[in-house]
Amino acid sequence: MAVAELPQEQTLVRKQRSLWEESFIRLIRNKVAVVSLLFVFVLAFVAAFANYVAPYDYAEQDLMANNSVPKWMLVILPANAENYVRITDKYPLGADHLGRDILSRVIYGARVSLSFAVVASMVSLIIGTLYGTISGYVGGRADDVMMRIVDFLYAFPFLVVVILLQTYFKALGRASGMTGFGAKLLEINDSMGGMLFLFIAIGLINWIGMARIARGQVLSYKRKEFVEAAHAVGASNSRIIIKHLLPNIIGPLVVAETLAIPGYIFTEAFLSFIGLGVNPPTPSWGIMISEAVPALRSYPNQVLVPAVFLSLTTLAFNFLGDGLRDALDPRMKQ
Amino acid sequence: MSQDNILLRVEKLTKHFPITRGIVIQKQVGAVQAVDKVSFFVREGETLGLVGESGCGKSTTGRTILQLYRPTSGKVYFRDQDLTQLEGEDLRHMRRNMQIIFQDPYASLNPRMSVGDIVAEPLEVHRIGTRKEQRERVKELLNLVGLNPYFINRYPHEFSGGQRQRIGIARALALNPEFIVCDEPISALDVSIQAQVVNLLEELQEQFGLTYLFIAHDLSMVRHISNRIAVMYLGKVVELAERNELYANPLHPYTQALLSAVPVPDPVVERQRQRIILQGDVPSPVNPPAGCRFHPRCPLAQEICSQEEPEWREIAPDHWVACHLV
Ligand SMILES: Nc1ncnc2c1ncn2[C@@H]1O[C@H](COP(=O)(O)OP(=O)(O)O)[C@@H](O)[C@H]1O
Ligand code: SF4
Ligand SMILES: [Mg+2]
Repeated sequence: MAVAELPQEQTLVRKQRSLWEESFIRLIRNKVAVVSLLFVFVLAFVAAFANYVAPYDYAEQDLMANNSVPKWMLVILPANAENYVRITDKYPLGADHLGRDILSRVIYGARVSLSFAVVASMVSLIIGTLYGTISGYVGGRADDVMMRIVDFLYAFPFLVVVILLQTYFKALGRASGMTGFGAKLLEINDSMGGMLFLFIAIGLINWIGMARIARGQVLSYKRKEFVEAAHAVGASNSRIIIKHLLPNIIGPLVVAETLAIPGYIFTEAFLSFIGLGVNPPTPSWGIMISEAVPALRSYPNQVLVPAVFLSLTTLAFNFLGDGLRDALDPRMKQ
Repeated sequence: MSQDNILLRVEKLTKHFPITRGIVIQKQVGAVQAVDKVSFFVREGETLGLVGESGCGKSTTGRTILQLYRPTSGKVYFRDQDLTQLEGEDLRHMRRNMQIIFQDPYASLNPRMSVGDIVAEPLEVHRIGTRKEQRERVKELLNLVGLNPYFINRYPHEFSGGQRQRIGIARALALNPEFIVCDEPISALDVSIQAQVVNLLEELQEQFGLTYLFIAHDLSMVRHISNRIAVMYLGKVVELAERNELYANPLHPYTQALLSAVPVPDPVVERQRQRIILQGDVPSPVNPPAGCRFHPRCPLAQEICSQEEPEWREIAPDHWVACHLV
């Protein structure tokens, strides 16, 4: 059997690359995705080291400088702002109505938004992938029952439940002097600035979509011949799931999860905006916007700054998700 | 021919895929009768060709023999071991003796695994040798199937269809099996590559004394490689004979029709060749015709054909057929 009997020159000159490496190369060739990735990295870095990066503490008040604005910012304020606004360059993006540095609060707010995004996406990715993979792999009646449960949960108004629960814990819980498990939960929730229930809620809502995607992916792969080949050599089910199914299905799941992150960030901002998110003085972009809205006409900068960060972060995750999709599966493009 | 040295014996093998309806409470409303009471044997070291139109149940037969699908009923004896009774560890251990090569060279290799990992998987699963010994063995196997061992770290997408098929063959050989189901291993390949892969399979058979069940959808593909040929129609094996006997003396009307469609190299004979054009389409395996499953299309069908199922008989030594008129 001569090696040369097949036209192999083509493959001899090409460098060996796994599909992951090829995807990575496609991703870094996508300028928008790279810029988005950099933005997310920088934001994550700043958020992680907020204590060092932020010029002030997020709760530090300087009442002599409340609603102050640096000189350059006058351009985005109303024309008559010079008549009522305090101008000081002490705070690079101005101070809020309690005299807290807006830049520092935006930085600490990034911590809330990003950790929320990370935890929520991890929770839903892990639960959804596990559930969907098992459902699709086992198949048959178990699959039917598991998917019926998912359909039921999908129709369940979790956001409403979350709002009710948050309202209960925030108002009634404290007043009625709750004891036992409820009090414990409340304590943990407080120590996290009021985010525990949000994490749970968002995780619970979003794993359902992931489970459906994971199941669909597993169904499309489990009858593939390479999976049958693994069965034929006697590979165990866990080996087949870990070595053959997960590496093939994880790409679309990560893409879907990345594209879901803006939704998580918005949900947190929304809940904080209506007073059901994190507890003041913990800053989140939603709370900052909500607190600044009453004085929107006079100090639009106080809304604009967190809003811009919110939008940029959302955009970055969207572009990143699109870039990942194109990179992971070039066939899906167009 | 004697009946000794039988490696694999299939007895009344049946595989029906249930069709269910209902969401939580499921009812079986029917079944795809993909394979129905099929019996044959394969002798040690021979190649049994299995031929039939697409959808007639060839792949299901191969997979059910290997217990990739558990049969609805019937027996599969490998030597004297009934595979249908094996479970768990025993079955896993038995899998070392029988392997499969697939039709689609693109779907049969995990795109996320390197060639080395793909070919080493059987060794890993059965814990054969150290990591280093496994790699050595993989290189040896790649060499054996005509691939450069230097390709060990490459990924499937870097190879052509024929090369991928060789990788699949290397994987199937890793455990030194005695029996290999070749499920249309050349149907998806370029005609120019087909002969190379068939030659490779023949060389390996000679070198290792392999036994093949070689599946193909037309007779011209199996003629060269098979010692005996079984013809399948709608879940049934309708005729089985030694290769030359089958070509020279086809007894079943379906086999005759199939053969009439094979071009003959001799131009004189080719000009006289009369194609038997079958009427209608292959019926659905969900509600196959009663009696002889071929009767709605059979040019020779009689009254009895729609009422009674023809018996599977050895009409002459080593020539089996299921037809009322034979
Ligand atoms: N896993 C399965 N579930 C349900 N029906 C199947 C399955 N596999 C095959 N079939 C059906 O069984 C019949 C035989 O299929 P197959 O064995 O793949 O035929 P062939 O290999 O001869 O083309 C077809 O009608 C096919 O639709
Ligand atoms: S049994 Fe009848 S219908 Fe079937 S092949 Fe023979 S002649 Fe045709
Ligand atoms: Mg097939």
